[in-house]
Amino acid sequence: MARIDLVDLAHSYGGNDAPEESFALKPVTMTWRQGGAYALLGPSGCGKTTLLNVISGIITPSRGKILFDGKDITPLSTQKRNIAQVFQFPVIYDTMTVGQNLAFPLKNRGVAKSEVDKRVAEIGRLLDLEPYLNRKATRLTADAKQKISLGRGLVRSDVAAVLFDEPLTVIDPELKWQLRSKLKALHRELDLTMIYVTHDQTEALTFADTVVVMHDGRVVQSGTPAELFDKPAHTFVGYFIGSPGMNIIPAEVRGREAHVGGHVIALDRAYGNLPSGAKIEIGVRPEFVEAVAPAPGLLTAKIERIDDLGRIRFARTRLGDAKLAVRAPAGFASVDGTAGLKFDPSHVHVYADSLLVEGAA
Amino acid sequence: MDKIVNQKAWFLVLPVFLVVAFSAVLPLMTVVNYSMQDTFGNNQFFWNGVGWFKELLDPSTDLGGRFLASLGRNLFFSLVILAIEVPLGILVALSMPRQGWTVAACLVILALPLLIPWNVVGTIWQIFGRPDIGLLGYVLNAMGIDYNYVSNEIDAWVTVIVMDVWHWTSLVALLCYAGLKSIPEAYYQAAQIDGASRWAVFKAIQLPKMNRVLLIAVLLRFMDSFMIYTEPFVVTGGGPGNSTTFVSIELVKIALGQFDLGKAAALSLVYNLIILIVCWIFYTVMTNAGAERKPQEGAA
Repeated sequence: MARIDLVDLAHSYGGNDAPEESFALKPVTMTWRQGGAYALLGPSGCGKTTLLNVISGIITPSRGKILFDGKDITPLSTQKRNIAQVFQFPVIYDTMTVGQNLAFPLKNRGVAKSEVDKRVAEIGRLLDLEPYLNRKATRLTADAKQKISLGRGLVRSDVAAVLFDEPLTVIDPELKWQLRSKLKALHRELDLTMIYVTHDQTEALTFADTVVVMHDGRVVQSGTPAELFDKPAHTFVGYFIGSPGMNIIPAEVRGREAHVGGHVIALDRAYGNLPSGAKIEIGVRPEFVEAVAPAPGLLTAKIERIDDLGRIRFARTRLGDAKLAVRAPAGFASVDGTAGLKFDPSHVHVYADSLLVEGAA
Repeated sequence: MDKIVNQKAWFLVLPVFLVVAFSAVLPLMTVVNYSMQDTFGNNQFFWNGVGWFKELLDPSTDLGGRFLASLGRNLFFSLVILAIEVPLGILVALSMPRQGWTVAACLVILALPLLIPWNVVGTIWQIFGRPDIGLLGYVLNAMGIDYNYVSNEIDAWVTVIVMDVWHWTSLVALLCYAGLKSIPEAYYQAAQIDGASRWAVFKAIQLPKMNRVLLIAVLLRFMDSFMIYTEPFVVTGGGPGNSTTFVSIELVKIALGQFDLGKAAALSLVYNLIILIVCWIFYTVMTNAGAERKPQEGAA
């Protein structure tokens, strides 16, 4: 169990001399508290697996340090870091029974047999693997195998953190949900630091208390699911989280007003501090724009189609070159294929060069 | 419903019947026919029933003695080369590089002996081992080791075995290498996290994952070495005495040397039968081993 500090950590597969733009993991400094559940979320190739492998020690970072409870463990091998890792595909030792699989890490460390038996029984019970302890591990289904992989990590009492690398990829959909709840329950019960890599926002948002969103090798935002939803720090976060993602529209912002295509959208805060020459955009989630009957003073957009998601309807509209998804309230019906857009000023954010700008109240 | 009668289908099947008849059934039946008869040349044959088979399995007769002795030598040879080539092949595969240009270089070097025709391999070693002009033979003798595969039985055996190891270990190594390459990287990473030693990694991951290719390697090497003819024939000609006369060499001696077609036919049938049975056993073991590894539904 440990607090994990990443200090100016970066990794480049091409060596440190390569330009920073090509780094697989760009410099990041952050602290993960002991007992937290963290998710590293981002599309393929965003560097999340690289970061995980750096923490587990499979990759030695080309720059920076990793501290476990304040102790620098960067040069230590995977073996000495006391971490557990669950991989994308279940890793089990074919010739062994489930029990032997669970005992393997302890045996390798020379733990006494009575202690091994005790721990294996305990973890077997915790993971509901008790009935299978004496069966060959190869014959089990994928989700049971993933539990065994996890169990091999948990069986060590000194484990500092449990790392998951997209562990639900090969699990059937209905079992995914079960296994995820199991992980959550284990996290509450064991007070372990868990780090979960995924590209699936549902998995990340339901599993973690803190979601770390990565994009192009960089950590773009780290926060609670609510923070990511309400106040994306980067247009990528807005777009990546939420379904449909945030609307990003190029605009001119002056004081408390944003100008889009000759129309004015009111803003909640004043933006007198915008850097000159930056690309200015406003971002607003579809949930906070309402489609109403066109009226003077409202932006008018062309409706392309309406997606009915059952609980909620979203109108896909076009405004000049920009595409906007907006909420279509019950009872809304377009007469001539256009709709007026009503923005909720408190949820309209301003971005300069993709980064959130805090306005003055 | 009326069954459609179309005799034209026979024309499609007939060519196959003919090809199989001429290529397999007729030659085999000829051998079966010969095995029941004795001949003194001149195309004159005399009925002998199962006489040859009785003699073949009776060590007190000349034919039986020769057959059983050569069979024993053959089995011993197969076991020895398996005991050497399988562990050695695994070792070579384990020490091969996993990536980079050295992989291609290693593969080419390993494949070389496999590409050399059998009789050329025999000739190479026949010359290589000669005490007068062969590099190996000359050096050994110069070092004070009295090595001569023409006159010494043990030297002849060592030469034949080393030659086979040189020729065929590559096959085992290449098969094992393919098996090793198919192990996902995550297994090694997991083993590292689990604190497994090199030996534990081999025992828990590499060996089980190579299981199937190893079975294929053992099967191929056993069958091949059990049918070996050309290389020892070229190097030792079955000698000194009969010490390296394997079943196939004995068979050729009887059939072409003495022109005892009856005896040779009986011998080749029994020889064939042994190979078929061993093949069948291997096949059954392999398919069962494969079925055992299929995951059971609903086990979790």
